[in-house]
Amino acid sequence: MAKVLVVTSGKGGVGKTTTTAALGAALAQRGDKVVVVDFDVGLRNLDLVMGAERRVVFDLINVVQGVAKLPQALIKDKRLENLWLLPASQTRDKDALTEEGVGKVIADLRSRFDWVICDSPAGIERGASMAMRFADEAVIVTNPEVSSVRDSDRIIGMLDSKTVRAEKGERVEKHILITRYDPSRAARGEMLTIDDILEILATPLLGIIPESQDVLKASNVGTPVTLSNADGAPARAYMDAAKRLCGENVTMHVPAERRGLMDRLLRRRAA
Amino acid sequence: MEAAAKVQRQMVRLRGRSYVAFVFVPTVPIQDWLAEIDAMIARSPGFFAGRPVVIDLSSVDLSQAGIGHLLTSLQDRNIRVLGIEGVEEGRLTPMMPPLLSGGRSCVVEPTAPKKSEAKAETKPTSLLLEAPVRSGQTVIFPEGDVTILGSVGSGAEVVAGGSIHVYGALRGRAMAGVNGHTSARIYCQKIEAELLAIDGFYQTADDIDAALRGRPAQAWLQGNTMRITALN
Repeated sequence: MAKVLVVTSGKGGVGKTTTTAALGAALAQRGDKVVVVDFDVGLRNLDLVMGAERRVVFDLINVVQGVAKLPQALIKDKRLENLWLLPASQTRDKDALTEEGVGKVIADLRSRFDWVICDSPAGIERGASMAMRFADEAVIVTNPEVSSVRDSDRIIGMLDSKTVRAEKGERVEKHILITRYDPSRAARGEMLTIDDILEILATPLLGIIPESQDVLKASNVGTPVTLSNADGAPARAYMDAAKRLCGENVTMHVPAERRGLMDRLLRRRAA
Repeated sequence: MEAAAKVQRQMVRLRGRSYVAFVFVPTVPIQDWLAEIDAMIARSPGFFAGRPVVIDLSSVDLSQAGIGHLLTSLQDRNIRVLGIEGVEEGRLTPMMPPLLSGGRSCVVEPTAPKKSEAKAETKPTSLLLEAPVRSGQTVIFPEGDVTILGSVGSGAEVVAGGSIHVYGALRGRAMAGVNGHTSARIYCQKIEAELLAIDGFYQTADDIDAALRGRPAQAWLQGNTMRITALN
């Protein structure tokens, strides 16, 4: 049974695209057949993060408008056998997305894949509402900042009212994914704590991704972080999140500040 | 002199006009019938206020004193009788309302007080929400109280005609008593509100005592000032 998962946040720059790529790759590494769909029409990025920017011929808008067939627009990942990308159009804008067209494409994708992961654009306008419209599950990407948390709250409200599932009286299963969690800043009390965030959003936690250079590096070389440095803390956190999405019970690790031997020695000497 | 002559020439204008009146048909025993009227008034106060009423005495046999007693009983209930029907003229005194005849029955349209009574019975006066109110959502319920089992997010808005009860944190805006209901209150388990208002009197987050933040609290109106105090 195919699942449509939307990765959304409201606020921009919190890590939706990184998360889409990482979760997509993680689920594909587990053996599921996965497609990641870029809904950020006009400002597409997922192709870059997936390293497929040179192979885009047709895109989501072409398929929605019937100019191209779905198999023509799907781009197969070079590293993973069962990971695919449906890119967004860079030359159009979000008004080109029609509910009917998107619904058809999603239904078609459902029949071909185990997971359809929709990368939502920032904001609450047409692009974001189309990305969440047909979702069965949602990952709400949140940074430990008040602005991000409030925007996430807004998005959760929309998931509960503006999706097809909500309109049918069913529920979209929602998960919070906290990204860019900085253990040293958390220790100094400069960020919202995990408990604060969960208390405000009243939604279960899917994972905590620590702030890391790995993520930036992975984006720049066009590789999902779970593939580029599979042993790094963010990659492991994303793998755990993917396992939880599949219903596995994995204990949650709150990233803690790890101090090396040298740091400790130096600190002691300074004190 | 000239002015007086003018007045004399002025004609008296007479016109016929018909009105719809309620016709009461008292039955014996009169005491029970009056109790029935009382019950009707209790259900919808002001139902007969300012309405023309005629009494039809054809189904009772009352003496002149009896008629007089009935009229004063109705007067005590603020029902003014404009005419009497179905009795010989001899039984009426000149002080009593005149004898009427030739009345035609007609359908009396449903009246306003009756309607509002029916509404009050069917419309709920409180709204219960079992989910948190998220940022950007607005809950408007001018008919009465709003109870929320969950938090009200920052940037959310709850508007109620009556009181607002939040079993969770109130981080957004709450406006109670919007229809001029000054005795409305706002209750919450954790006050972190952006704005509280009762009947148009409001306080923003800045005005709310910092010592109250995060505590269970209630807000109410004391004259024209809003008071917010901790619960417990």
